[in-house]
Amino acid sequence: MKRLSRYRRHKAAGPMLLILALLGIGTTFSIASATTTSQTSKVDRSVQIEEGRQIFLRGCSSCHGLNAEGGQIAPSLIGVGAASVDFQVGTGRMPMADMSTQAMRKAPLYDAQETAALAAYVASLAPGPEIPSDSQLNYERDGNTAQGGELFRNNCAMCHNFAGQGGALTQGKYAPTLMGVDPKYIYEALITGPQSMPVFSDKTITPAEKMSIIKWIKAAEKEPNLGGASLGRVGPVTEGLLGWILGLGILIGVAVWLAMKAR
Amino acid sequence: MTIESGLGTVANYVDERTGAAAWMKKNLQKVFPDHWSFLLGEVALYSFVILLLSGTFLTFWFDPSQREVIYDGGYQPLAGLKMSAAYASTLHISFEVRGGLLMRQVHHWAALIFMSAIVAHLLRVFFTGAFRKPREGNWIIGIGLLTLGIVEGFLGYSLPDDLLSGTGIRIAEAIIQALPVVGSYISYFAFGGAFPGESFIPRIYTVHVLLLPGAFLALITAHLMLVWYQKHTQYPGPGRTEKNVVGYPLMPTYMAKAGGFFFIVFGVIAFLSAVASINPIWLYGPYTPGQISAGSQPDWYMGWLDGLVRMAPPLETHALGHTISWNILIPGLIVPGILFTGMALYPFIESWITGDKREHHLLDRPRNAPNRTALGAMSLTFMLVALINGGNDIIATHFSLTINQIMWFTRFGVLILPPIAFVITKRLCLSLQRADRELVLHGRETGTLLRLPHGEFVEVHEPISPEKAYLLTAHEQPPALELPAVDAHGVKRAGGLRNKLRSRMSVANAEAITKASVNDLKEIDHH
Amino acid sequence: MSNEIEAIKDPGLPAHVHRKADSDPAAANRAERQVAILFGISALGTVLLIVSYIFVPQDLFIFIPVMGNQNAHQLGLGLGMAISLFFIGMGAIHWAKTLMPDTEVVAQRHEFRSPDSDRKEFVDAVKSGAGASGLGRRSLIKKSLGAALGLSALSPLLLLRDLGPLPKKEFETTSWKSGTYLVTDPGNRRIKASDLEVGAVAQVLPEIEDPEHRALSDIGKDAVLLIRLRPQEFNLTPAKLAMTHDGIIAFSKICSHMGCAVALYEQQTKHLLCPCHQSTFDVTRGAKVIFGPAARPLPQLDITVDGEGYLVAREPFSEPVGPSFWERNSQ
Repeated sequence: MKRLSRYRRHKAAGPMLLILALLGIGTTFSIASATTTSQTSKVDRSVQIEEGRQIFLRGCSSCHGLNAEGGQIAPSLIGVGAASVDFQVGTGRMPMADMSTQAMRKAPLYDAQETAALAAYVASLAPGPEIPSDSQLNYERDGNTAQGGELFRNNCAMCHNFAGQGGALTQGKYAPTLMGVDPKYIYEALITGPQSMPVFSDKTITPAEKMSIIKWIKAAEKEPNLGGASLGRVGPVTEGLLGWILGLGILIGVAVWLAMKAR
Repeated sequence: MTIESGLGTVANYVDERTGAAAWMKKNLQKVFPDHWSFLLGEVALYSFVILLLSGTFLTFWFDPSQREVIYDGGYQPLAGLKMSAAYASTLHISFEVRGGLLMRQVHHWAALIFMSAIVAHLLRVFFTGAFRKPREGNWIIGIGLLTLGIVEGFLGYSLPDDLLSGTGIRIAEAIIQALPVVGSYISYFAFGGAFPGESFIPRIYTVHVLLLPGAFLALITAHLMLVWYQKHTQYPGPGRTEKNVVGYPLMPTYMAKAGGFFFIVFGVIAFLSAVASINPIWLYGPYTPGQISAGSQPDWYMGWLDGLVRMAPPLETHALGHTISWNILIPGLIVPGILFTGMALYPFIESWITGDKREHHLLDRPRNAPNRTALGAMSLTFMLVALINGGNDIIATHFSLTINQIMWFTRFGVLILPPIAFVITKRLCLSLQRADRELVLHGRETGTLLRLPHGEFVEVHEPISPEKAYLLTAHEQPPALELPAVDAHGVKRAGGLRNKLRSRMSVANAEAITKASVNDLKEIDHH
Repeated sequence: MSNEIEAIKDPGLPAHVHRKADSDPAAANRAERQVAILFGISALGTVLLIVSYIFVPQDLFIFIPVMGNQNAHQLGLGLGMAISLFFIGMGAIHWAKTLMPDTEVVAQRHEFRSPDSDRKEFVDAVKSGAGASGLGRRSLIKKSLGAALGLSALSPLLLLRDLGPLPKKEFETTSWKSGTYLVTDPGNRRIKASDLEVGAVAQVLPEIEDPEHRALSDIGKDAVLLIRLRPQEFNLTPAKLAMTHDGIIAFSKICSHMGCAVALYEQQTKHLLCPCHQSTFDVTRGAKVIFGPAARPLPQLDITVDGEGYLVAREPFSEPVGPSFWERNSQ
């Protein structure tokens, strides 16, 4: 907010606001008209791309360049594909709130339709990974939990921890928790490699294997705490803390009572 | 027949066959001083008993073998995977044996509490000076028990052969492998060939359930017999002297309290095991050297060691076709070796510095031994900094820090903070001594203001009780050793440098605020 | 005024304060009832344990605030056990505190040092015994006994020899040979160079005849991480650059520090991080150590492609993988 208020007094603020408002009205109109009037899918598609381009120019071009060619602080988006846009915008990582170490998951700024338009626009620049369809994401049918667990421990656990709780990377970056993440976004992250994450090619980890990984993550998410409170599922650190504080703590409390003289 | 007469019959029966009456009558009346801090060792003792009981339960189903099996048990997310029989049987204990998971958790929580209680007990003994003559031997046994506990705990953590424990063994193997000259041989002997092989878990199983528990039993017996024979130390106070021990007789009061406390310890450990998950091995997965989890940590009592290894500088010596890994040897063996040797020898070092060879049965209040207390605070700071670095990745993600920041902070902190802790603690102790002196001489501040005839306001001080005054002045304040560089005949004494060091340390050790005496009180009365 | 410092006097043990239950029979009876109630709660705990063991199915889950979904069987057993034990202890201690004698007793200590006459006799006995054995005079016996005792310590060491084979060259060799195919782990499928996009990683192992029975000790040396960058992102010596293929670079996944699997690859910074001790390696500079305790880069595997484009090892590792050891020639 501070940053915003600084720009508010800029001499170009007034005209910029006017342009933005006009663009906003125009876009809203075009979205409304696009959904009601378009007849053929081809027209539909080109309208959607145009719509995405407008959103892009407004919301993304300041960092990613007017033609998505990238800039000083942001990478080129040519060839990243619709899946990448859907992941980054759909999970709220883009647009970034501030230029900190890593884009965080947050409430998305654009709704589903705007995200789809943006994705269509970026996909139109150059071919890239596509958004998986619902039928592709039937992990309950196509996945195998145990195999997924093995793949997860081989390819994911080193960053996201054995139970998908996330973990630390260098210089303050981190692998986020995988709990509560939409299967579509997990899949998109695997094929596009957002931020620090590498790409997991379909040839080295097949789409069926990716379904297994998702199935295992969903099983871990749903798994009740079999032995009591989970303590965050981060291993021995929290266990040691609890042993000292609660375990030895109660025992010292009782010991004080034991050695106190009764009245 | 009443219970009393029944027990009398038993006593008769025993004495007619053993002649134990003389010994028993004395020892049933044995006096134990009562203080909460004296129960920390008991927590450790009872945790050990609980470890024996729960551990025996686990052995009924645990299969200590690295033979490869296909999992066909009830936990679906691992169905059909290849794993060792050790891991599969641990899963079996957790999911198919009723109460098995509970007993596994009891065993693991008891191990954590065992180690915490040992450390807390050690700190109590250290800070109160309970290790002084005649108890130096028992202190060394205690250090032995601590060391065994760390090893025994690590072996137990390694047995289930899950991904986390396998990673721990992998690191242990790297430490063995790094030993100069013999490293690769010892590693091959320990593992029966290349890591991980199929021999290690069966071997450490025997050590974990037979050899080390046997050593524990022997050392604990010696530890307790010495406590019994030498009688317990006591805190200073009115009526308590070096020549007596004030407390409750073993039968019945102390027996009921100590016996009851065993059930308390067991109950608390069972409570933790009921409500808090520990070592959920089914989530870790079976061990294979190609896999790893973020945040791979040892249990807390090894955490400081892991923290030291993490912060070590990247040093290796490459010469004449050989490699020496200082980045492993220094934090993994040399520093812990120095720490534990120093700890074991501390009673002798302190007595050398003070020149005090007398018996001590009255404990010190930590403030009255500022040097020792400061040294303890310094060591504790070192360990805590190392321990923090052992969990740096978890701390980084939970407190929005970076592992690099924590690493650099602890790399410097481990060298800079302990001396600072020493200085602050020593000053703090001396201030507390000064406060004690003020309290004895001028009494307690009542908060009531009094207006003197000439208009000045003063606060009314209320004299403290004679008991309190005695407690605050009961300690000795021995002067520093006088070690002249030349002897009576003007001849220079041998070992001049050693003597110089000794008298320097002795002077530092004797630094104190002179305690209040009757003379001081009289002087105040004169005014 | 004398110079003698006079210490403050010991006023002696404070007078014993009686408890209510010592004088008031009603209070004593009340204490007895409290103890009985505590023992009674313990009995209820045992009942809870038995009921949970017999009647609560092992797959019943109940929701408990803060703790989440809990296994009712496990929780019932555990809480039953905790209650049954804890309250026996509470009862016994409360009993001891309120109804058993609480008068502090004073016992005398005795110096451990024996009377001087005993000590003298003891020392004399030790001396004369040692003298009678002739240990001091007969130096031949002393020396040969010392040697024999020293040598006898070798026998347990010798008997432990068969614990394992001698290492020979195993620390320095892996299963990678010239022409070994790279296969996915798990899956054991060959990989084409074109299968990897820029920014992709793959966990690979050498292809072997019987992948179902791959020894863990082999995985512990053979595991390799494959990473694809843009070729221009490399900053390598020509020799090391020649070991890559079209931007694909292969490193041993076994940490050169303590052998953990180093596989945290950060695609943007091109850094590899070991989760055990946080050694950080820069992939673009041949896995040079840029942070943490590791002292050596990860060994790089020389890779190329066969006629059909499948990735193969051109040469085995040129240096031992994994942690250092004494015989390692790291020049």
